[in-house]
Amino acid sequence: MSENQVPEEIQESAATEAAKLGIGTDEWVAQHEERIARKKGIKGLPQLINESIPAWARWGVLLLISFAFGAFVDNQYLLRIGVNLGLFVMLSYGLNIVMGYAGLLDLGYVAFYGIGAYGYALMSSEQIGHHWSTWLTVLIIIIGTALLGYIVSLPSRRLFGDYLAIVTLFFGQVFVQLVLASDNITFPWAEDYVDITAGANGIPGIDPFSFFGHKFLNIRDYYWLLLVLVALLTIAISRVNRTRIGRAWRTIREDALAAESMGVMVNRLKTMAFVTGAAIAGLAGAIFAAMQTAVFVSGFDMPLMTMIYAAVILGGSGSLAGAVMGAIVMSVLPEVLRVTNYSEILFLAVLVLTLAAVGKSVKRFTINIVGIALIGFLVKILLGAASIKTTPTKEWVVGPVSRALSHWMYVPLDRVLWGNCAFVILIVLIAYFTTTTPRIKSILLPVIGYLGIFLWEVRLVTDVNTTRQLLIGAMLVVLMITRPQGFLGKARVEVL
Amino acid sequence: MSEKKPLLEISNIDTYYGAIHILQQVNLRVDEGELVCLLGGNACGKSTTLKTVLGMVKPKVGKIMFAGQDVTHQNTPARVKLGMAVVPENRRLFAPMTVLENLKIGAYVRGEAAEEDLERVYDLFPKLKERSSQLAGTLSGGEQQMVAVGRALMSHPRLILMDEPSMGLAPKLVEQSFEMIANLHSQGVSMLIVEQNANMALSVADRGYVLQTGRIVLEGEAKELAGHEELRRAYLGR
Ligand SMILES: Nc1ncnc2c1ncn2[C@@H]1O[C@H](COP(=O)(O)OP(=O)(O)OP(=O)(O)O)[C@@H](O)[C@H]1O
Ligand SMILES: [Mg+2]
Repeated sequence: MSENQVPEEIQESAATEAAKLGIGTDEWVAQHEERIARKKGIKGLPQLINESIPAWARWGVLLLISFAFGAFVDNQYLLRIGVNLGLFVMLSYGLNIVMGYAGLLDLGYVAFYGIGAYGYALMSSEQIGHHWSTWLTVLIIIIGTALLGYIVSLPSRRLFGDYLAIVTLFFGQVFVQLVLASDNITFPWAEDYVDITAGANGIPGIDPFSFFGHKFLNIRDYYWLLLVLVALLTIAISRVNRTRIGRAWRTIREDALAAESMGVMVNRLKTMAFVTGAAIAGLAGAIFAAMQTAVFVSGFDMPLMTMIYAAVILGGSGSLAGAVMGAIVMSVLPEVLRVTNYSEILFLAVLVLTLAAVGKSVKRFTINIVGIALIGFLVKILLGAASIKTTPTKEWVVGPVSRALSHWMYVPLDRVLWGNCAFVILIVLIAYFTTTTPRIKSILLPVIGYLGIFLWEVRLVTDVNTTRQLLIGAMLVVLMITRPQGFLGKARVEVL
Repeated sequence: MSEKKPLLEISNIDTYYGAIHILQQVNLRVDEGELVCLLGGNACGKSTTLKTVLGMVKPKVGKIMFAGQDVTHQNTPARVKLGMAVVPENRRLFAPMTVLENLKIGAYVRGEAAEEDLERVYDLFPKLKERSSQLAGTLSGGEQQMVAVGRALMSHPRLILMDEPSMGLAPKLVEQSFEMIANLHSQGVSMLIVEQNANMALSVADRGYVLQTGRIVLEGEAKELAGHEELRRAYLGR
């Protein structure tokens, strides 16, 4: 055996270290990389928090915070963010079953959300003139989306990976197109055309939920409903994940053929994953429609899909706590970024974190920060000496951060032009950065940092929507580089 | 082993991969409690035979009887439920899952894994007990082999199909794994073992078959085969 080639004392120390952690020697060796990564502090922080606090305590604290939020927050806007977060968590949970556990790349997932929402809208508004009881409607929606999930799962029996992705993507688009086109349907027996979905205009005036004579008129009602639902789902899904069903889902993700030879009924389990995920999304859609009292098909298209996928992947595919974390980031962050003051601070936080992650040691980190500062002063002094005109400070300063930066940052007259130039240069530099030697990297890093701040202050701060997308994208890229397995996901192991 | 009751009987099997004819008129039998080995060189169709038995590939003609039932048209999970279990070529463990989870998956067709079944596997492989929370992908090759065998045992199989259990193991471990196989055999477990290591396989088996380009060319008692001139020349060493 090759073990004999490892010096005795090394083997022994590995064994004792492993024993301390209560794991085998081989696993200790296999975790080597991960341990190194962990020692770097910031990168390993989510994992560290995750491991040092027991699961029940983590969930308990989360529940307590959510409870306090619902009990004490009166601001309608904040409550709405809370409700959106709840819906987002539900969607992430559902996708986590389909994609995280069973490993099925379902790109049409968000359509089930839309079907739930439109289903509720059609059964509870003047659109067709039905106002059915909430109980009945919700029941029909859960069963209906589950059935649809079953139908969509049928091709998944033969398809894997990218093929399945294409088919489900198609399904999602068919839903959108059908809703758009169903405002003008002519039946052979009817003279006039029939308007079922109102097309792009959406359906307004949807009834709120009503249980036992209690109408959900306050947004807080939905908040409580979602809190209960999410809590129940958390318990149910983590239970299922520990049974043979959950295990079997994960074996399918890893090696469907081997799973089948162990007696796992692969097709049935794939279908179960699809059906469960679809029903959860459908229910979330119904709640969304009732809460919003209006639905528009554009809200159930690719942008939302990417956000849900980002949440699940960001949190660590296959981890429920990770799904919650991803949902918080992806649903609360865009709201925070709406406010310029916050987004400025957040931008700097992301920049500092990036530098910390790339820089690896405190010394390097300091050098980078000082380097960026020096470049800033240098540019300002040089261009000032050449008496090149700048934009007056008060014209571009928008928040506390930019006020502080105004003594340091050079801002050209034509901000759009120079901002765009900086953007192109920045991208080229980053691309070059990833391929070059460590020495050039260390020189390049402060330049990239400076250009990033320049681009941000000169061009992006005033352009809120683009900024949000860019910032989220940048965060995802940074995360994927530093923690490819997501916040709480497990690093992958391969059998060699 | 006084009276012979056939457990597995495959008759006149022809298996194709697309247009390629792999197995040709293969007949093979494993009796209750018997250890049968299937020998042959590379690419002669040994793994294909196991896959056909398990239902991973369907034969074009022929019949497969298992435990008194015609299973020719049943799918793999149904056959596993009837009592087949496999230790696949290269083990095919579920790498990011723990040893314990891998073992429990073996009991999938029986429902939730019973504690005493786990204990039985741990008795056989004490090392797995201390490694139960380790990820299977991080085990050494020998340990992975133990998990693969343990996983197969978890379903209380009537017949274990093993595809090259000695593959990738050091000589000492090969010996150990055949000791383990002989040990299981003495406990009355029926096995069909595919091997390249003919010497080893014949030393523990009751009977053997030799496959050559998809045809059974030799069959007989293990002792007989071990002394067979032609086989000697072909496989058992110069
Ligand atoms: N899925 C497949 N599609 C096409 N041909 C295949 C397939 N699987 C196996 N074959 C071919 O069938 C033949 C027999 O393969 P098989 O795996 O049964 O060989 P084997 O006897 O187990 O060999 P080894 O000892 O090397 O494992 C080989 O020529 C192989 O290339
Ligand atoms: Mg083979």
